[in-house]
Amino acid sequence: MKYLCLVYLEKEKWHAVPDRECASSGDRLRDRGLLLAAEPLHPVETAATVRVRNGKVSVTDGPFAETKEQLAGFYLVEARDLNEAIQIATKIPPVREGSIEVRPVRELEP
Amino acid sequence: MEATDQIHETVSQVYRSDSRRVLATLIRLLGDFDVAEEALHDAFRAALEQWPRDGVPANPRAWLVSAGRFKAIDGLRRQARFDPLDETGAAAELAVEDAAAWADPESVEDDRLRLIFTCCHPVLPPDAQVALTMREVCGLTTEEIAQAFLTPAPTLAQRIVRAKAKIRDAELPYLVPAPSELPARLDAVLRVVYLVFNEGYAPSSGVSVTRHDVSAEAIRLGRLIVDLLPEPEAVGLLGLMLLHESRRTARTSPSGEVILLDEQDRSLWNRGQIAEGVRLVEQALSTRRFGQYTIQAAIAAVHAQAAEPGATDWAEIVGLYDVLARMDPSPVIELNRAVAVAMRDGPAAGLAIVDGILDRGDLKEYRLAHAARAEFCRKLGRAADARLSYDRALALTKQEPDRRLLERRLAELDRDAKP
Repeated sequence: MKYLCLVYLEKEKWHAVPDRECASSGDRLRDRGLLLAAEPLHPVETAATVRVRNGKVSVTDGPFAETKEQLAGFYLVEARDLNEAIQIATKIPPVREGSIEVRPVRELEP
Repeated sequence: MEATDQIHETVSQVYRSDSRRVLATLIRLLGDFDVAEEALHDAFRAALEQWPRDGVPANPRAWLVSAGRFKAIDGLRRQARFDPLDETGAAAELAVEDAAAWADPESVEDDRLRLIFTCCHPVLPPDAQVALTMREVCGLTTEEIAQAFLTPAPTLAQRIVRAKAKIRDAELPYLVPAPSELPARLDAVLRVVYLVFNEGYAPSSGVSVTRHDVSAEAIRLGRLIVDLLPEPEAVGLLGLMLLHESRRTARTSPSGEVILLDEQDRSLWNRGQIAEGVRLVEQALSTRRFGQYTIQAAIAAVHAQAAEPGATDWAEIVGLYDVLARMDPSPVIELNRAVAVAMRDGPAAGLAIVDGILDRGDLKEYRLAHAARAEFCRKLGRAADARLSYDRALALTKQEPDRRLLERRLAELDRDAKP
């Protein structure tokens, strides 16, 4: 099963975990065959939101949601079940500073 | 390439047959469920890499334990480089532990028992015992267990995380209990097995009458326990589950309706399971150290051996309930005894016992007490009393097929009432 671990951090904590540590923990997970992909993100101010309605493209700033924590990065992991995915999430360094949402990946229906 | 595929298939086979044994031993060697599960994963990954190159080892299980142990120690050492406060001094201890310990096949079988007893430890809440046993001992995934128990997967995952934390914090020893503690601790293990079985055999809620996979898993677990620790009650419980399971096909109509024992097509009963169940009951009874599961199994065996409902030896069944009531006095057993007494002596005798139970305030919220009372009243021609009790039972029923059975009975009453 694949699970997406979404890392949420408050803006002030964006760089609380050194990149070096994230990179080496990512390497460890990759070496163990658990990590399919992982990337950190720039803060939400850099985001553009795109929609197409009635054939017209609209682009707005943000999402600027009211929540204090923002999506800061993601890890796509391979795990036997939800508990194994949770166990992997506990090894993702920013788990100490923010929170990680673990979601099972859905197969597209044929 | 073909050879590699073959080895991958071998690794999968070894995973299915031995991963729980390897896990049980790794938990003993590493002293922590999560560390051991990671080590198990890493060991199988190493097997996928190395076996195609070096060949399948003579003793795959010992190889996997050794590889898992090595990977765990290596991992803890690497982690120690990043943790400013070193909580992983355990790595050093692990490194010096006697490596020969895991090679002894007897202690490896003991590890499976240790795992079962730890998962069913009384400090854990009952639902956590069930979840942990099904995941760690039976090897089901969190999602599979969640589906079987109609529980959201995150709730179940949380239960498992908390149970493991409790095992760690309480520093539960990873041991098969000493002989003095064994009866009580085995009782807790058997209770978990029977709970799992019942969830599959008579789900507490939901749309279908039985969930076969869950019962099959409980029977498999029951067999494992009998293999590892052939105590009379473990044998009795396995017999009980097989005797119940033998009636599975006959218990439900093709449209999913409940069929009660006296209306079942007995030719559908599984003879093989009955024979094995009866043999196990006799084996347990012969030890004279049997308990309530064995007696319940003996009752099921009497039913199973009656070719038709009329041939049931109700006097024998009442006698067995008397033994059971002395062993474990409880209103539910009294109620079951009342049903047997009614079959032996007539519905009035049964009704007197049930009214006695309800009058003293027991089982007021138990649907089967009201359903039994309704049946007795109906047979005695007391339609109004029967209707009241059916309504009460219906109000307490959460399970769809049971609800329909009671509604059918109520409709029959109404039909009979019309001239």
